[in-house]
Amino acid sequence: MRAIDYVAPTSLSEAVSVLSANGDRARPLAGGTDIIVQLRGGRRELDVLVDAKTIPELNQIEMTDSGLRLGAAVPCYEIYQNQQVAAAYPGLIDAAGLIGSIQIQGRASIGGNLCNAAPSGDSIPPVITLGGEAHINGPNGWRAVAAENFCTGPGRSVLEPGEILVGIQIPAPVANSGTAYLRFIPRNEMDIAVAGVSSSVVLDASGQTIQSARIALASVGPTPILATAAGDSLAGKAASDDAIAEAGRLASEAATPITDMRGTIRQRHHLVDVLTRRTLNIAIRRARGEE
Amino acid sequence: MTTPNQVLSEVEYDVIGKRPVRPDGVDKVTGRAQYGVDLELTGLLHARVLRSPHAHARIKAIDTSKAEALAGVRAIVTAADLPFAALSREDLGNDYNRFKFLSDNFLASDKALYRGHAIAAVAADNAHIAESALALIDVDYEVLEPVVDVRAAMQDGSPLLHDDLIHTSAMGEISDKPSNVASYMKFEKGETAAGFANSDVIVEREFTTASVHQGYIEPHNATAHWRADGQINVWCSTQGAFVVRANTADVLRVDVSDVRVTPMEIGGGFGGKVSFYLEPVAALLSRKAGAPVKVLMSRTEVFEGSGPAPGSWMRVKMGANSAGKITAAEIELAFEAGAYPGSPVMQGATCAFACYELENGTVSGYDVLVNKPKTAAYRAPGSPQAAFGVEQVVDELCQKLGVDPVEFRLNNAVTEGSRKVEGPVFQKIGLVECLEAARNHEHYRTPLEGPNRGRGIASGFWMNRGFHSSVNMTVNPDGTVNLIEGSVDIGGSRASIAQQAAETLGISYEDIKPQVVDTDSIGYTMVTGGSRTTFATGWAAILAAEDVKGQMVERAASIWDVPSEDVEYDSGVVRHKSQELSFTFKELARQLYTTGGGITGTASLDPTGEGNSFGVHLVDVEVDPETGKTEILRYTAIQDAGKAVHPSYVEGQIQGGAVQGIGWALNEEYYFSDNGQMMNSSFLDYRMPTSLDLPMIDTVIVEVANPGHPYGVRGVGEVPIVPPLAAVANAVGHATDQRLTNLPITPGSVLEARL
Repeated sequence: MRAIDYVAPTSLSEAVSVLSANGDRARPLAGGTDIIVQLRGGRRELDVLVDAKTIPELNQIEMTDSGLRLGAAVPCYEIYQNQQVAAAYPGLIDAAGLIGSIQIQGRASIGGNLCNAAPSGDSIPPVITLGGEAHINGPNGWRAVAAENFCTGPGRSVLEPGEILVGIQIPAPVANSGTAYLRFIPRNEMDIAVAGVSSSVVLDASGQTIQSARIALASVGPTPILATAAGDSLAGKAASDDAIAEAGRLASEAATPITDMRGTIRQRHHLVDVLTRRTLNIAIRRARGEE
Repeated sequence: MTTPNQVLSEVEYDVIGKRPVRPDGVDKVTGRAQYGVDLELTGLLHARVLRSPHAHARIKAIDTSKAEALAGVRAIVTAADLPFAALSREDLGNDYNRFKFLSDNFLASDKALYRGHAIAAVAADNAHIAESALALIDVDYEVLEPVVDVRAAMQDGSPLLHDDLIHTSAMGEISDKPSNVASYMKFEKGETAAGFANSDVIVEREFTTASVHQGYIEPHNATAHWRADGQINVWCSTQGAFVVRANTADVLRVDVSDVRVTPMEIGGGFGGKVSFYLEPVAALLSRKAGAPVKVLMSRTEVFEGSGPAPGSWMRVKMGANSAGKITAAEIELAFEAGAYPGSPVMQGATCAFACYELENGTVSGYDVLVNKPKTAAYRAPGSPQAAFGVEQVVDELCQKLGVDPVEFRLNNAVTEGSRKVEGPVFQKIGLVECLEAARNHEHYRTPLEGPNRGRGIASGFWMNRGFHSSVNMTVNPDGTVNLIEGSVDIGGSRASIAQQAAETLGISYEDIKPQVVDTDSIGYTMVTGGSRTTFATGWAAILAAEDVKGQMVERAASIWDVPSEDVEYDSGVVRHKSQELSFTFKELARQLYTTGGGITGTASLDPTGEGNSFGVHLVDVEVDPETGKTEILRYTAIQDAGKAVHPSYVEGQIQGGAVQGIGWALNEEYYFSDNGQMMNSSFLDYRMPTSLDLPMIDTVIVEVANPGHPYGVRGVGEVPIVPPLAAVANAVGHATDQRLTNLPITPGSVLEARL
């Protein structure tokens, strides 16, 4: 491991100027639970780490009428210990509470999870199904990217050299809506998802009919996947086992997994089906206020 | 739901059987214990090892010139620096293969035989420079096709690891054809074919198990200083300092007295730190650099470059009659030796049917070379694999006969006088008592209810070892005793040995001060392994204590000016048999220096009489039918300890063995790419169980005193890893109505069997 520079900017503009000056030789450092492991393991080489934990905008967590503004460097534990956030976004808490381990959750952030752009990033599917938007600042100013478009390949994202993810904007939950995330791992902690699924639904006032749904998948393709056909198939349907089974089948079809040490193609297609059905059932119960 | 841990005890002692605080506890919980990585020496250099990226390759040339030119690099070594390089076949004669294999596993000479095989090492001013220098070493490899599966390696036309070196030795015959099969052995008892002919049911199945790692938390490390006067000092993490001394001297062709090995605290071994990899390399670097050198392994190096337990293939056939008696049994085992001969297939074969009274039996085994690291010992080496097959076949026999699996095992259990297939006759053993404890246990008597659930039971055997141990005990004037031993303390042996010394001396446990010392400072002591330490080193402590007692009696007699025959030692008091004269241990200790000098008791022994160990495990599981994931609901492990010297550490051993076995059963495996690259060489993807994956492991300690030890002690460390693989497999089999014969039984494999 080579010596590298560490910069702790106190403003967003300072961070952007350091990142811009160093191009792809610089990366922001939030919790460091991925990037430090990558640097130590020789899987990434950098000249500069830019600490995101010293930039105010990246460390704020704010609930407004328009929803949640989540600073990119806010660690998971601050998210699930925030009562307002936990009550409004249980699907996000599902993910924040199972990333890595308790110790990892003390450092790891959802913004970092997005920027690391691993296909298995646990918090990305719920951010997608919740309609999250990535707010990016860079040498050319601000831009926003829908969460489902943020990752472009394993370890790759839309971030250009010099750009930094400042925060994630998640809309306020609408009435009768619910979201859930489940992943499958062979152990009960400290593992990478073999497959992960987040489902969100909006029910009508009676709680019997699904008005709209979004389903997003992890670990079954080069990026997290928004399974549009699976979600759309539920719109206007009764919240029935048949409709849920059809959505599971369509979600499974949307997966493009590989066989590796963590699982096989067949196993992953099957798990997407199982997890889609399970998360839809949880999301529906949450939408009805049953849990 | 769980019941407390139980001790079914036969004999009560004053100190033995109690649960005192361990002497090394404070240092360990306060972070002060000195491990190898903590060692600092003046002028210390830091080294790293270059390892083969290929599973099988010929090494055509190694160019270290660019690395040598890097500032801060102090020494580079390759196999050319080992004495083997300068010795010819004529020099070595019949010792050629043995010595070549020993040398080559430290630094490969002509071929890299597994990914992770050490090729060169660099010592530098710091580890970062050493790492940078590794990247500057050019190795010209001719990449060869690897073979990483035991059955493939046995086929004609398989790539050969050792070209023309290995010829199968079978039953005293040596074939003339090069092969990956290093040896073949076979034992028979009775008439196996006739026994099968007399059976009413026969079950025959094939099984496979994957390579698994011991998974000790502390990576291998070594520091060596080859001094100008020729003395080589070594500090390392090892289960046996004397083994490191002997093999380091051997491979470096120096005398054993030229090597002094200091065992540092050890962060786990489980058999895997009987083998060693770094010490001679560090010594060679030190000689070249003229300074002490420390070398560390990363976790990936530990997985790729240190011994896993062998993957295996087995065929098991057993027959029983309608009365529930086994009529014949047969097992054929093929174990992966890794890159060099020496898998524990013999132990697997001799443990396979050890729980069963067999009139007719055949066991045979193959030791097979594959392009993986040379296998190392792992807790009851060979026995868990064999039990995985045998105990599932027994379970299936019970299903077919419609008999209770505990009753069937009791009906066929070995007892004192039973003869094993390969010959030995059992002394007093406790299998029946363990099975009865299982039958009587609340766990077994409580029916398991609910869908997708299954209960598994399996028994297991390990022979245990005796071997050499030495202890010196010096009496201090304050009445405490320094207990000097050579057994590295992995599982609480300082405490269990001190307890035996205190019991024998009749003094308090807190007055014994145990210390593990280097190879120059204690008599010959074999490894902490083979479940031998509490048995054999404990016995050495008993004998050394007896020596102290005899000298205390002599001293008191001399002070009182009476014949020593009139003086006795009783429960920590030296007293005259008829007169009102006595000294407590402390009173006499205070006077030693002024009445003739200090007292030191010593003992070195190589005891036989190690009692065999048996265990019986019960497990309840629930399998998610949609994901194939197995949840362990409840686990009870029953084991004969002979006499549990420190019950908490016996329970710890039983629980640890059960947990490692559960990991082996459910998730752990070396996952290889097609070209022999291990893909999961991290604790993230090599999935050992965490605390969240397990219920409390309940234990029952059964005490059937071993007549071969003064306090009835049997080794306890190894047998608890034997039953879990099969117990879990049986439970999953019952939960899913599918018999799963290949390890690990991952969610994916359970699912695949259903889809």
